[in-house]
Amino acid sequence: MSRKLLLEHINVPGINTLEVYRQKGGYRAVEKALKTLTPEEIVEEVKKSGLRGRGGAGFPTGMKWSFLAKPEGVARYLVCNADESEPGTFKDRYLMTYIPHALIEGMIVSSFALGAKVSYIYVRGEMMPQIRILEKAIAEAKAAGWLGKNILGSGYDLELYVQPGGGAYICGEETALLESLEGKRGNPRIKPPFPAIAGLYGCPTVVNNVESIAAVVPIINDGGDEYAKIGIGRSTGTKLISASGNLVKPGVYEIELGLPVEEFIYSDEYCGGIANGKRLKATVAGGSSVPILPANLTLKYANGEPRLMSYESLSEGGFATGTMMGSGGFIAFDEDQCIVRNSWNFARFYHHESCGQCSPCREGTGWMEKVLHKIEHGHGKMEDVDLLWDIQRKIEGNTICPLGDAAAWPVASAIRHFRDEFEWHIKEPVKSQSQNYGIANYANPIEKAPVTEEK
Amino acid sequence: MLKVEEQTPVVFSSELIAKFDEVKSRYPADKSKSALLPLLHLVQAEFLWVPTSAMDKVAEYLCIQPIEVYEVATFYTMYFLKPQGKYALEVCRTGPCCLVGAEKILNHLENKLGVKEGEVTADGLFSFRGVECLAACGFGPVLQISPEYTFYENLTEASVDKLIEDLKIKS
Repeated sequence: MSRKLLLEHINVPGINTLEVYRQKGGYRAVEKALKTLTPEEIVEEVKKSGLRGRGGAGFPTGMKWSFLAKPEGVARYLVCNADESEPGTFKDRYLMTYIPHALIEGMIVSSFALGAKVSYIYVRGEMMPQIRILEKAIAEAKAAGWLGKNILGSGYDLELYVQPGGGAYICGEETALLESLEGKRGNPRIKPPFPAIAGLYGCPTVVNNVESIAAVVPIINDGGDEYAKIGIGRSTGTKLISASGNLVKPGVYEIELGLPVEEFIYSDEYCGGIANGKRLKATVAGGSSVPILPANLTLKYANGEPRLMSYESLSEGGFATGTMMGSGGFIAFDEDQCIVRNSWNFARFYHHESCGQCSPCREGTGWMEKVLHKIEHGHGKMEDVDLLWDIQRKIEGNTICPLGDAAAWPVASAIRHFRDEFEWHIKEPVKSQSQNYGIANYANPIEKAPVTEEK
Repeated sequence: MLKVEEQTPVVFSSELIAKFDEVKSRYPADKSKSALLPLLHLVQAEFLWVPTSAMDKVAEYLCIQPIEVYEVATFYTMYFLKPQGKYALEVCRTGPCCLVGAEKILNHLENKLGVKEGEVTADGLFSFRGVECLAACGFGPVLQISPEYTFYENLTEASVDKLIEDLKIKS
């Protein structure tokens, strides 16, 4: 069994209550931070831990904190990004549902470190049940003196509020989130200035993902150096992986970074293999925005070495033969799934969610959706594949925020690795409506699931 | 689009205004526009949709222009700009849920309820629509029912049938 830092007590009955959470050692980090550490020392511990942003970008959290401007007499804000909307990702929902106090404890310690007197947790509006859970937990914490005025007699005041979103993927982008929190449309801002200089209400602001903030708790309890011992290379600590698709046991798993991908998919401790005894065709390893990989490249690099669940290993080979860790939304496709249909589905998603500010994204995502719809439904022409390639090239890198890239990459990687399947749809317009292409030769499929082999 | 015929006169109860006041207290005094999204959720919970007349009253309450409310209400997908069924069923239709049968659930709902996506059943009880990723991919197919946003996971055609029957009895 690997080490669990965030989900260690997930199965303890009543862990969602303050009482049980305290019995299991909860709020120790607040006591330690407020009574024995200075804000600078906390930032230093987080830097030492090597913690990288768990929302998708993987930027070092401690470094992000150290960029926060501290002009005299100006309020500073910490905003937690709980707008979890990346297809394939559902870890933050899980954490907030079952251990809400882990997030609240992390928010108190982090707010203290950053000097924020008011902090917000921006939760996507659809998660009303989680909003109710968090509000209840905040009320509990406040009644017990963990929030409010003069916490633990330290002289530090903090108010924590939950803000619901309105249903928009784009608000997971930090500047769009801040716009939304200010009561506006979720249009991302042009950077610079970065939120660390001018964020919420024009004040210095840090925006961190739920999981990043929760991870601050074990970092303060055990020390940054201890946290950095877990994991591999620059991928330190543990990571929550949301596993979905055609798996025996989909769900949220906490892994030590560096776990072999093959073990994650096939071992009974994790996903337990591909459902219904089928073979793995492809995976999207880090949420819908990252490149899709065929089974062989998911499990091994192009040179045959095993691929690991870490920031570096998942991106080994660049976009030619690799992918990205992203938010840890791991989607598995079995041999019966159609890559063209999935690409169309994702393209529709990005078209739907584009905020419309930048023309390449607003127009390009719609074109990609239409062309993919055409191919999927048997009306495609051979030149459409090149057209798709051309469109995605013209979106990538040409937009204010990364939604454009996120829309382009899945299409590009699907064509890169599964071009034959697109061409088959075009050559076989009738057959492709009633049959699936199956596993392709070029994808060098795993002949049998290893689990079956062992039996 | 906002249409003239959707102008329904609304009255905000004193309980609702009290909730508005509580939300507004979460932000700095000169930043009360931040309350806009939560306020629109409160309006929708009360009226089951967000009529234009209610948006105007929210604008008045927050001392902002009505257009500032319209642009937000039309940008975000959760605000219903026309009346829905008492139970508005929202089925996730994004990739991971489709790998485990979300499209089948959507088709089944259409047949079962006898209305198309976005329409309301004759008894006013149900409406349904496909929505984008609800962040519950490992437990798909999933649907949520507003205004409470209760979640139903690992759906099958049979479990959807049962859910609808239960809701009929409940009403």
